[in-house]
Amino acid sequence: MDLLSANNIIFFLLATIILVFGFLSVTTTKILRAATYLFFVLFAIAGLYLFLSYEFLAAVQLSVYAGGIVVLFVFAILLVKNLGEETEKVSFQKKLVGGIASLAGVAVALITAFNYGFIQNETADEAANAVDMQAVGNALMGVEKYQYLLPFEASSILLLACIIGSVVVAQKNKEEKR
Amino acid sequence: MDYTILLLAIPFLMFLIIGLLGYKMTPKFSGLLGSAGLAVVTALAYYTAYRYFFTEFGQAADGARETIVMFNYTWLDLSNASRPDLMIQIGMLLDPISVMMLVVITTVSMMVHIYSMGYMHGEEGFQRYYAVLSLFTFAMLGLVVATNIFQMYIFWELVGVSSFLLISFYFTKPSAVRAAKKAFIVTRFADMFFLIGILILSYYTKTFDFLKLTAVDPEAQHATLVFSTMGGKMFMGLSVTSIALLLIFLGGAGKSAMFPFHIWLPDAMEGPTPASALIHAATMVVAGVFLVARLFPVYFFEAPDVLHIIAYIGGFTSLFAAIIACTQTDIKRVLAFSTISQIAYMMVALGVSGFGGHDGLGFTASMWHLFTHAMFKATLFMAAGCIIHAVHSNEMDAMGGLRHYMKKTYYTFGIACFAIAGIFPLSGFFSKDEILVAAFEADKILYFCQTFVAGLTAFYMFRLFFRIFFYNEPKFEHTPHEAPANMWVPLCILSVFTIFSGWFPFSKWISTDLIGYDIHTVWPIAIGSTVVALIGIGTAYVLYYKKNDIPDRIANTCKSFYTWASHRFYIDEVYLFITNKIIFGGICAAIAWFDRHIIDGFMDLLGWTTNTVSEETKEIQSGSVQQYAWVFIMGVITIVTLALYL
Amino acid sequence: MNIPVEYFLVLSTLLFFIGVFGFIVRKNLIGILMSIELVLNAVNINFVVFNRFLYPDKLEGFIYGLFVIIVAAAETAVAIAIIINVYRNMKNIDVNSIKELKN
Repeated sequence: MDLLSANNIIFFLLATIILVFGFLSVTTTKILRAATYLFFVLFAIAGLYLFLSYEFLAAVQLSVYAGGIVVLFVFAILLVKNLGEETEKVSFQKKLVGGIASLAGVAVALITAFNYGFIQNETADEAANAVDMQAVGNALMGVEKYQYLLPFEASSILLLACIIGSVVVAQKNKEEKR
Repeated sequence: MDYTILLLAIPFLMFLIIGLLGYKMTPKFSGLLGSAGLAVVTALAYYTAYRYFFTEFGQAADGARETIVMFNYTWLDLSNASRPDLMIQIGMLLDPISVMMLVVITTVSMMVHIYSMGYMHGEEGFQRYYAVLSLFTFAMLGLVVATNIFQMYIFWELVGVSSFLLISFYFTKPSAVRAAKKAFIVTRFADMFFLIGILILSYYTKTFDFLKLTAVDPEAQHATLVFSTMGGKMFMGLSVTSIALLLIFLGGAGKSAMFPFHIWLPDAMEGPTPASALIHAATMVVAGVFLVARLFPVYFFEAPDVLHIIAYIGGFTSLFAAIIACTQTDIKRVLAFSTISQIAYMMVALGVSGFGGHDGLGFTASMWHLFTHAMFKATLFMAAGCIIHAVHSNEMDAMGGLRHYMKKTYYTFGIACFAIAGIFPLSGFFSKDEILVAAFEADKILYFCQTFVAGLTAFYMFRLFFRIFFYNEPKFEHTPHEAPANMWVPLCILSVFTIFSGWFPFSKWISTDLIGYDIHTVWPIAIGSTVVALIGIGTAYVLYYKKNDIPDRIANTCKSFYTWASHRFYIDEVYLFITNKIIFGGICAAIAWFDRHIIDGFMDLLGWTTNTVSEETKEIQSGSVQQYAWVFIMGVITIVTLALYL
Repeated sequence: MNIPVEYFLVLSTLLFFIGVFGFIVRKNLIGILMSIELVLNAVNINFVVFNRFLYPDKLEGFIYGLFVIIVAAAETAVAIAIIINVYRNMKNIDVNSIKELKN
């Protein structure tokens, strides 16, 4: 395996970005910075999708996450006062407890993953080409096997409910307005 | 089913109506309502008595009195194949003694109802008083017409309750509350024996029914059922029959205030006087006598030893109570001890009685004395009520010379005194005479004892009479006056009964074997008792007609005996010593310590453990989502590890 | 493409538990929400990677990834609305000081 092949360099670069900024985004004391780090992570994950030749997914990731959700976070942070500087330090005990849980989880998951012995599909490399957009459209718009019209419609209703719900929840009480 | 159920239903209905709705009625209306209801019951009782004694209704084919079961509902059916008759029923049994009791109860109760309208006028709780009177009348009627011993026990307890309620009528007075508790506890204690006796009896005979229990075979001289089931069985050296019947008698002794259960009756005088007249003189306290009379064939044939005990307890109690009565100064207490003494008389008569024909004279005499005693003792109590009403005191010292002020009370009280003293031709003469005849025939010791008691009775009654109506007038706070009409009219009616009930042919009506027979006054004995009574009256006249110092001198010469007697021989103190010092102080203290430290300590330990554990573990329920998430993650990791690698 | 699938799994596992760690230690509601986004993305990587490496001729993992993104977006929108409301009522979004539902 050629360690310095383009594939490897791109993958490790993306992985490093994801892990480092992910870690920073959960440990930084400044919440706005955390949002920024999160943005980098999401961006790198979009890169990962591109690396796996899922262009459409990468586009969705970029537009929904990087373009929508992070912006929402930033708005929320700015709407909620005094969150630019989160000064309160996290206690060492809490860090220890969280660290134990996380490391134990990592250990179990990795041991399992390495022991499982995945049978990699030999045709993976040829299929690394871009996914046909028409195939995606067909998959979303049919009711046959391996077609997902129902989840698609369900998610559209979910989104509608979310829009209404968000408006209702975030709305000021009428009594408060008075 | 016919009208007789109304005898029980009407008083009960009155109790419910006055008890539940009384607070909406005016006192006068509730009194009138109760009296009206009872008037109907009285009329029905008299009609029943008329039918039973004077028409074919009560006549069996062979000329004997019939025992009639009017109705008999099964309330609890405990029967099975091996005991087909064991069931608790509520019914109505008419036989001579129950019909006679119907008349006694309704008559006295009616008089008390009318009398109370005057006596209780303006009292708080007037409606309550009438409600409880109705309850009592219901319970007492139910008791005497009981078809089985368990029904009798139920109503027995009911009269106990109504007695308790009436004694504690003035429940703001601590002494009344104490007296009510005392009466209830003492009689209840005796009832425990009664219940055990019932259970023993029914365990062997497998029935509660009086008719089956008292069925006798005169040829074989046995009470058939009891003999066949219990005969010859022994327990701790005594026959089971004797034990059971003795226990049942002890229940009766509690209700009838026989020694040593007599202590409650004098204190029960804390209740309103008319209630005392009804319950603690005329009706409820004779329930014990009635109980023994009801089971008389069983006692006679199967447990003559118990009958002897009854006779001697009766003899002792009558003497004992008569002596105490001579020393009391509270007029109601004197009457209370007199009641104890007279009931003991009836017990003696039952105890010495034989069975069948003229041998059953004691039985007849007992019931007769029950009747006459109810009449003259009710008269005495009501007259005492009039006197108390007039002078506002129970103490003799507040009285004297009242004959000038209260003519009607004076005459009726006098008549009743002569009756209880046994002076010809008043009722007491006849009934007491027959008791003495029966005692003479059976047991000379008891005869002399009872004759002496007759003298004592005459003495203390006339002591009372002279002290109240003659003697020296004290300074009255306000001039005594005659009681209102609704108080003296019942007195007059009852004194009519007092005068004439001696002439009723009781032996034709009431006998052990239900067949009428003739009795005649045995003159030597009658004259003997009359002479003794006259000596008693004469002594009382000398000592108490005018104020003089002879009584004090006599009291001083036998000072210690007088003190003992006036303190009722310290029986109450003995009870208090036993209960307070021995039971409460000794046994109960240890039990209380055990309860407080071991039982409670164990419970405290349980509570402390629960509390501590929950205090320690409640931190788990912190409400912090992050902590829950951590536990969740660790749980998932643990489960995954276990599932995959173990 | 010669990177073994385990490498991707290491990446996603680490990212997942970074998210878990954040969820446990963060005090700020928005911070917790960000941690959840990290967790969701880690899962998404797994979906996509399994699709690509194990069943390259199918689209299931791809479609699931799509739906996860949709659901995450919806969830975030609602959560932020709630957070804003909470802040408006409590003047605070520290998890430890929001105890109105306790008791």
